[in-house]
Amino acid sequence: MVFVASELTVPTAVKIVIAGGFGTGKTTMVASVSEIPPLRTEELLTEAGVHVDDLAGIEGKDTTTVALDFGRITINTKVVLYLFGTPGQNRFWFMWDELATGAIGAVVLVDTRRLDSSFPSIDFFEHRGIPFIVAVNCFDGSQNYTVDEVRHALDLDEAIPVVLCDARNRESSKAVLVGLIQHSMNRLAAV
Amino acid sequence: MSARDDWWYDEAAGPLVRPYAMVRGRTRPNAPDLHLVTQVRAAAFASDQTSLTVEHREIMALCARPLSVAEVAAYLDVPLVVVKVLLSDLIERGDVLVQTSSPKIPDRDLLQAVLDGVRGI
Ligand SMILES: Nc1nc2c(ncn2[C@@H]2O[C@H](COP(=O)(O)OP(=O)(O)OP(=O)(O)O)[C@@H](O)[C@H]2O)c(=O)[nH]1
Ligand SMILES: [Mg+2]
Repeated sequence: MVFVASELTVPTAVKIVIAGGFGTGKTTMVASVSEIPPLRTEELLTEAGVHVDDLAGIEGKDTTTVALDFGRITINTKVVLYLFGTPGQNRFWFMWDELATGAIGAVVLVDTRRLDSSFPSIDFFEHRGIPFIVAVNCFDGSQNYTVDEVRHALDLDEAIPVVLCDARNRESSKAVLVGLIQHSMNRLAAV
Repeated sequence: MSARDDWWYDEAAGPLVRPYAMVRGRTRPNAPDLHLVTQVRAAAFASDQTSLTVEHREIMALCARPLSVAEVAAYLDVPLVVVKVLLSDLIERGDVLVQTSSPKIPDRDLLQAVLDGVRGI
């Protein structure tokens, strides 16, 4: 059998971060668009929230684990997209940095009943200049606000798209991802 | 979660005993940069696998197709830090291939491909 070199190349991996406060529907959104049931993996961090990247002498250290949910969309044979839900606990900023590095951008999910729970996510992406859009997850009948009201309440820049969605719905979640990718493309064109 | 909790938070022995034992406390001095989405895959011609552990062989089987480091960790059900050590062993042996580059912000063509792909699912 003859193997050509190209058969052994690996695809380019890209990622999108699905962020937002506790219980805003992050895992639900990952599940609704992923081609595989969401996977879960654990990262080991010190209590200070820094990566443990060395297992030597680890027994003596105070460590903790942080769980990551993620899904996958195979774009074509050369490109694969991963969707990472952020860990609920905000203290693991170090993990957020790894998730955000090189990402296409982020979807910040918002539950209008608890808007403030998504403030830290918005701050994070704003400060790091990472493209993001805000998706208002419409939990049954709880959507009592317009997009403009949400934009105002979150004190969002005009340039940040705000969309309504149902994280359980595949087409709705797809539309959110499309909105984010377009926003990232616009940002790229603007610089 | 319960099966995992069994070994991960082993009350008697303390946490981390199993993953620690699996990699015998080794470091990764010359290891390539492995990120969450770094793609790995088994080489077409793997070397003699008799000296490999069960976990190493499981990785070889998983990586018959390209996978991310995060996927390998999830399927193997071990923490990322452990899978990175195991993968480094295999990379060093030439049994696993990896594209080592830190995650870059996608350019316009790549974004367009992703956009078309997502629309098409
Ligand atoms: N009615 C309704 N329920 C939803 C929607 N999205 C998520 N849920 C439910 O809300 C709960 C929380 O959703 P998750 O997807 O687990 O939220 P999460 O952001 O991953 O939560 P954490 O990881 O714990 O922060 C689950 O019980 C979901 O079934 C939605 O659009 N409408
Ligand atoms: Mg979740």
